[in-house]
Amino acid sequence: MTRKPVDTGDPDRLYTITGGRSRADDSFDLVTLIVSESGPVPGMQSEHARILELCRHPAAVVEIAAELGLPVTVVRILLGDLLDMGRITARHPRAAPSVAAMPDSALLQEVLHGLRNL
Amino acid sequence: MGSATSELPSHRTPLNDTAETGLKIVVVGGFGVGKTTLVRSVSEIRPLNTEEVMTQASVGVDENGAVATKTTTTVAFDFGRISLNDSMVLYLFGAPGQERFWFLWDRLFSGTLGAVVLVDTRRMDDSWYAIDRLEHHRTPFVVAVNRFDDGVRHSLDEIRQALALPAHVPMVDCDARSRQSGKDVLITLVNHLHDLAIAQEATL
Ligand SMILES: Nc1nc2c(ncn2[C@@H]2O[C@H](COP(=O)(O)OP(=O)(O)OP(=O)(O)O)[C@@H](O)[C@H]2O)c(=O)[nH]1
Ligand SMILES: [Mg+2]
Repeated sequence: MTRKPVDTGDPDRLYTITGGRSRADDSFDLVTLIVSESGPVPGMQSEHARILELCRHPAAVVEIAAELGLPVTVVRILLGDLLDMGRITARHPRAAPSVAAMPDSALLQEVLHGLRNL
Repeated sequence: MGSATSELPSHRTPLNDTAETGLKIVVVGGFGVGKTTLVRSVSEIRPLNTEEVMTQASVGVDENGAVATKTTTTVAFDFGRISLNDSMVLYLFGAPGQERFWFLWDRLFSGTLGAVVLVDTRRMDDSWYAIDRLEHHRTPFVVAVNRFDDGVRHSLDEIRQALALPAHVPMVDCDARSRQSGKDVLITLVNHLHDLAIAQEATL
């Protein structure tokens, strides 16, 4: 398996990986943490298998995209498949992804504490 | 793993199994302003690259009749990671400020805690657009001035005026190459966000 960064000048390859689908599951945020519930099984699509390998420990959607060299949208589609198969769980961000909603001060206090301790 | 001898073994540092909550902060700024440098100096991993494609379908006509054609635009960005504690992980994104990028803002960065606008005083114009778009998206931000050695030293007040930046937006000097300085920028931002949250909670 070569890990050549995907050539986006060739949408055909992405089309093949996703079976022609282009609508991604919007519930996966860039920083939703993904954890495998099982290892890869023989005959599985190679991208699915790689995601399951990668997510033995939690990994954010964006880390998976970077490791696979695939656009985020494509990874969201693949994750949707794995979620439907019950092979992953998703830990979604606490702050609701709404534009105007501010995170609460307690959460920000924790972030500050973490940064100061770096 | 196949025949690609150039393929390096992946030195991923996995997250703690207890990691529960991912958080986002975005660093925006013009070309070469030091975004990747800032991300690298505070990240616990080597910055990684990824991209998002925007696909727009359009209908064209060829000799076989109507066909759907697609145009794709790619926007690349990089990111680093900071484990804040057992359960919280902060992802820091370096994002180009150019126009096409903002089409993807909501899809990529909704729910972001806040943003750092990185400014190079030699090319201040690049910052205008980013500031305007952040205000439009109502994303709270701070302005960090990356001090390149060969720049003329303008004071923060002069820069605030040049950017027509309201008084409530914090400004900070930084050296994107320094971990301590990068930390200070993030702390300035999160302090600002904390103040905003306290003020908002007081009105509830
Ligand atoms: N002297 C000095 N050089 C810096 C500083 N920050 C970054 N640089 C240098 O400026 C150059 C550009 O920095 P990058 O971090 O790649 O900038 P960027 O904003 O990520 O650039 P693009 O992603 O290409 O838009 C690099 O050669 C850095 O080493 C700084 O604070 N002082
Ligand atoms: Mg960069």
